[in-house]
Amino acid sequence: MAKKIAKRPAPVTKANGHSVQHAAEQFLYRQSELLDSKKWQEWIDLFADDGIYWMPPDGSYKTWDGQPAIFAEDKNLMTVRMNRVLHPDAWSQRPLWGTNHVVSNVVVEKASPNGDVQVRSRFHMMELRRDDVRHFAGSYVHQLKKTREGFRIKLQRVDMTNAQAAYDYVLQVWV
Amino acid sequence: MLQERIPDLSKFVEPDRVRREVYTDADIFELEMQRIHERVWIYCGHESQVPKTGDYYQVQIGRQPMLMVRGSDGSISVLYNRCPHRGNMMVGDRNGNSGEFFRCSYHAWTFKHDGRLRSIPMMESGYTGTRWGKDNPDCNMKPAARVENYRGFVFASLAADGPTLLEFLGESKVAFDDMCDRAPEGEVEIVPNCFRVIQHSNWKIFLENQLDALHPSVVHQSTGRAAHNVEKAIEKETGHAPLSYHMLSAFATVTIDKWDNFQTLSYPHGHCILAGYMGLRPTDPDTLAYDKIMIKAYGKKRFEEIVGVNIHHVLIYPGLSVQSPLQQLRAVRPLGVDRTLTEIWHFRLKGAPEPIYRRSLAYYNLVNSPATLINADDLENFWKCHQGLSSDGGDWVSFARHHGHDIEKNGVVETAPNCGTSEAPMRGQMKAWAEYMRG
Repeated sequence: MAKKIAKRPAPVTKANGHSVQHAAEQFLYRQSELLDSKKWQEWIDLFADDGIYWMPPDGSYKTWDGQPAIFAEDKNLMTVRMNRVLHPDAWSQRPLWGTNHVVSNVVVEKASPNGDVQVRSRFHMMELRRDDVRHFAGSYVHQLKKTREGFRIKLQRVDMTNAQAAYDYVLQVWV
Repeated sequence: MLQERIPDLSKFVEPDRVRREVYTDADIFELEMQRIHERVWIYCGHESQVPKTGDYYQVQIGRQPMLMVRGSDGSISVLYNRCPHRGNMMVGDRNGNSGEFFRCSYHAWTFKHDGRLRSIPMMESGYTGTRWGKDNPDCNMKPAARVENYRGFVFASLAADGPTLLEFLGESKVAFDDMCDRAPEGEVEIVPNCFRVIQHSNWKIFLENQLDALHPSVVHQSTGRAAHNVEKAIEKETGHAPLSYHMLSAFATVTIDKWDNFQTLSYPHGHCILAGYMGLRPTDPDTLAYDKIMIKAYGKKRFEEIVGVNIHHVLIYPGLSVQSPLQQLRAVRPLGVDRTLTEIWHFRLKGAPEPIYRRSLAYYNLVNSPATLINADDLENFWKCHQGLSSDGGDWVSFARHHGHDIEKNGVVETAPNCGTSEAPMRGQMKAWAEYMRG
């Protein structure tokens, strides 16, 4: 039995007794779990009321506003997407379809005294649709707002490593 | 080989039905590439994609990898992406700038932007007394037989003879007029982003769907309904929902019976037009500000003519779907008998205020991006269609809807009143196809 537990690196700052690093990681894991288990409304609820989900077509883009975007959705548009997917006649959603996200390399880039943080991470998503498997990978940047209910997303930027390649079929739900 | 197996291709196309092999047979596909795509005028790109000397874009014409490139004299050439020496592709990137000349990455042969040979390393010592040298056109990068530009939209034909671009386009040139005329400066400019989506189906299935007025309320009901509900909720809360919701909800609010009210027009060479149904003439302050600028540029009468053009989209056979009032287009590039690439671009109206651009941008992002709320269900159907046609479950595809009611005047087929969902455009496309395939 080890007598002494190895000393952990000092946390960036404290929030509710946990390190911000830990809280950010748990948030990202929860978000990807909601996607993979198709709990769309709970996933949308992770966004702040003015939150935006953004996937630029190219890593050089600086803002989601007023430019081409693969996704640039506020909560209203997210609701349209969710209800489309849930509609019984969303033909493309009928087949067996599922995803598996792995999120890693989580770095807290900024931490404000008010508890807001900016977190960078990497993801890998495997998708099965009928017998076809696709892989998507890239990076997330989450701008998270501290609220009484926990973090809420002000902006989630998703940079797909394969964003510039042709899409074989399309993306139906958020990555 | 094919000729033996298929003695008369015209037997594959009847007025109201088409043989399934037209979509699934690999030999027919090869013949289509020769007799249609590598012969007629194919859209290469917009001149503003290559603004500077040496700028190039790769473009596939039929099975041929081509380059659209801007020369130092401002002209645009379309060349085979191939070095005449050993056949190396001249450029590997989808787009870029070649600098002052093209330089082959294999043996450093260099070429001017119009394809003419510029230099070969040690040309004197290596080639004196041979047939190879600057005087031999076989030492140039081969150009497309013909290149023409209509209002900034560049087309190439790989056949030396045939109709001119304007003769070929005929009435379908309205696609470019409608787009450019809506700009106060009379021109559009490319937004430098291309969405590219691959569909697992024959290229003609996409083309037919473009003019299929019956499908939207069936296929896009889910998105239309979802958007309509959110649109109503926003209206209730703020009094006004963005136009983008209307663009989506129209797929559901224009119910299946109403689609018969919208006219389609079919033209020679396979081109077709679907009349507008979204009612895109709102009276919000942004539109009124735009109208004011347009009236200043064109005068009241001409302005009314311009904004009175009511088109949803124009299909330019065999591979371009132009949505002129929203300044976007989809170029269809067949990759194989069962694989098709669409390249989706949009444009800014020069001189129009920013909100007008954002309106078309919303449609570009929501409908045409790889995360499309609309095309996901189309592509699902195209795939299913191609799968079903690959089976022995039947020999024919039916295009019989409202057959016998078409009104033909001077080669133009109009759908009869209340026959907007007619399959006349598919019949027109297949009639043109059979003519092209006769060779």
